[in-house]
Amino acid sequence: MKILATVKRVFDTDGKPKLTADAKLDVSSIDCKLNPFDEYGVEEAVRLQEKGIATEVVICCVGPEEAQKEMRTALAMGGDRGLLVKVNDTESLDTLSIAKILAAVVKKEKPDLVILGKLSTDSENNQVGQMLAELTGLPQATFAFKLTPDAGGWAIVGREVDGGTSDVKVKLPAIITADLRLNEPRYASLPGIMKAKKKPLEITTPEALGVSVKPAIVGIGYELPPARKAGIKVASVAELVDKLRNEAKVIS
Amino acid sequence: MSNILVVAEHLEGKLRKATLPTIGFAKKAQALTGGKIIGLVLGHNAASVAAELATAGVDHVILVDSAIYADYLAEAYAPAVAEIAKVKGASIVAAPASTTGKDFLPRAAARMDAGMISDAIEVFSHNGAVAYKRPVWAGNLIARETSTSAITAVTVRMTNFDAPAAGAAAPIETISLGFAAPDDTQFLSFDRVKSSRPELTDAAAIVAGGRGLKSAEAFKMLEELADLIGGAVGASRAAVDSGYAPNDWQIGQTGKIVAPGIYFAVAISGAIQHLAGMKGSKVIVTINKDGEAPIYQISDYGLVADAFKAVPELTAALK
Ligand SMILES: Cc1cc2nc3c(=O)[nH]c(=O)nc-3n(C[C@H](O)[C@H](O)[C@H](O)COP(=O)(O)OP(=O)(O)OC[C@H]3O[C@@H](n4cnc5c(N)ncnc54)[C@H](O)[C@@H]3O)c2cc1C
Ligand SMILES: Cc1cc2nc3c(=O)[nH]c(=O)nc-3n(C[C@H](O)[C@H](O)[C@H](O)COP(=O)(O)OP(=O)(O)OC[C@H]3O[C@@H](n4cnc5c(N)ncnc54)[C@H](O)[C@@H]3O)c2cc1C
Repeated sequence: MKILATVKRVFDTDGKPKLTADAKLDVSSIDCKLNPFDEYGVEEAVRLQEKGIATEVVICCVGPEEAQKEMRTALAMGGDRGLLVKVNDTESLDTLSIAKILAAVVKKEKPDLVILGKLSTDSENNQVGQMLAELTGLPQATFAFKLTPDAGGWAIVGREVDGGTSDVKVKLPAIITADLRLNEPRYASLPGIMKAKKKPLEITTPEALGVSVKPAIVGIGYELPPARKAGIKVASVAELVDKLRNEAKVIS
Repeated sequence: MSNILVVAEHLEGKLRKATLPTIGFAKKAQALTGGKIIGLVLGHNAASVAAELATAGVDHVILVDSAIYADYLAEAYAPAVAEIAKVKGASIVAAPASTTGKDFLPRAAARMDAGMISDAIEVFSHNGAVAYKRPVWAGNLIARETSTSAITAVTVRMTNFDAPAAGAAAPIETISLGFAAPDDTQFLSFDRVKSSRPELTDAAAIVAGGRGLKSAEAFKMLEELADLIGGAVGASRAAVDSGYAPNDWQIGQTGKIVAPGIYFAVAISGAIQHLAGMKGSKVIVTINKDGEAPIYQISDYGLVADAFKAVPELTAALK
């Protein structure tokens, strides 16, 4: 079985974002990293390879040349090779554009399983996997916390959904999006990092894949959410109850 | 035509409350675009859901009743939603930002070649076009976006729109689409967390616990407090990962987004991913033994105390 695992280079959202005078995001001092959700996807692919279920794992990213760094981070966890679809200004692409590019990659690579993260931690769309499934005509199992391929060419996927969990069975090839309880991603080992440097990493372009995209969603600026102020500390449960009843009036 | 299609969410013959703020969103969008609000029910033996939806503030209801919608599958929903959007001239297709809406709507959007907005918290007019606001960066940034496609798909954050007032019953139209059931996917099971408490997303009070509670057993004291004040119980990701609480209780970037009147954060440190899910609460109360925990920076009332002592004391005081 061949697995395609996607990775996105995201902005590190731990720091507080700053805005420019024209309401754009000031990214000058923000670091980039591998999207955390994609670490779970890559880990799952690597585990399936270690179990002998997957024969090849390809790491794919749509992004600028600098994204090779995040791809090497993923390749240090495992996998055989990388495929970067070079787009300098990924910020101008919407989810459907990304999904169209990835659909062309799926057509070219013909994986049996595509594993994406369920969400990017910076732009938080939670759409690309589902769109890719439609564009490729493949079944989808999103928000996966459990993935078990069977011998008959299907996989059973446990999904985290509102109200509990749900199991679905999808016929391979299929599209999976990873949630955070799917596994625990490994830290890349030193030998892993050394090996990753030598793994083949092919660079292509949307044009070479035969896709031209025109994003439908256009960003028109950002704003900061209203700040919450720190309140007070109370000294005892009795004081807390008094405040809740008589000041905030949220409890009777 | 520029109608607004709202895809209803339902469970066991009842409309899910998550649908109502989505209709609230549709009303605001309608003020900008005109057209009708059309509610869509995909289900099996779902006439009761359609009847409920008819009085929930929509102008028109479409019921597509077929065995292929008996168990929810994105592969069955997406073509139906896209087809109805087309024949009914929708310019906006909206669904709740629930795990169901997030699952099928991007798939339907791709089928309609539509741009999609996730988790809309506001809809407004920008240079004559419909524009949306949505939180990104774990809630620390709000993005404003517009769409240039003929149809725009939108999932709606439940906490940011009110349910419209109930109205006179809208007409119900039954349509059959004749799609075949998908043959490359099967629904197997839904393991539901049974609870008599209100749902997190519309609870007026929430008592949430974190890793500091150290066991599932310790969550019992939160449940007792929640039951006393008619609230729901929530958890941090660390508490869920540790097996102290079911996944359905998780609040935050990867869990539920909540905005109750009062939120008790018990033994939760206040990581940005947790705050992303509960910052919209009206009053936040923190109980943590570490007075420096970041959660105090957004709390209205903080009590620096051992939860094992303070929570039972609080419950007793409120009895
Ligand atoms: C400063 C800034 C400005 C932006 N401006 C715009 C704008 O004007 N319009 C707009 O539509 N978007 C804009 N974006 C969003 C950006 O282009 C998104 O990367 C893109 O829309 C994909 O959305 P997502 O990553 O949130 O998708 P999600 O659906 O959340 O991603 C889910 C998964 O899909 C996969 N995936 C996503 N992207 C890639 C990728 N590039 N390569 C490989 N796999 C991937 C990953 O596995 C990921 O875990 C902006 C972002 C930033 C930071
Ligand atoms: C991509 C991503 C997504 C995430 N999504 C989410 C999400 O949706 N929701 C979420 O919650 N987290 C999420 N997280 C995890 C988040 O970063 C934190 O790790 C998590 O919220 C920590 O949970 P906690 O506060 O319970 O645990 P800790 O940070 O370990 O805090 C425990 C707290 O308990 C206090 N404590 C200990 N004992 C007692 C006692 N006896 N009495 C009182 N207080 C006590 C301690 O002082 C401490 O402040 C995400 C992380 C990532 C990377």
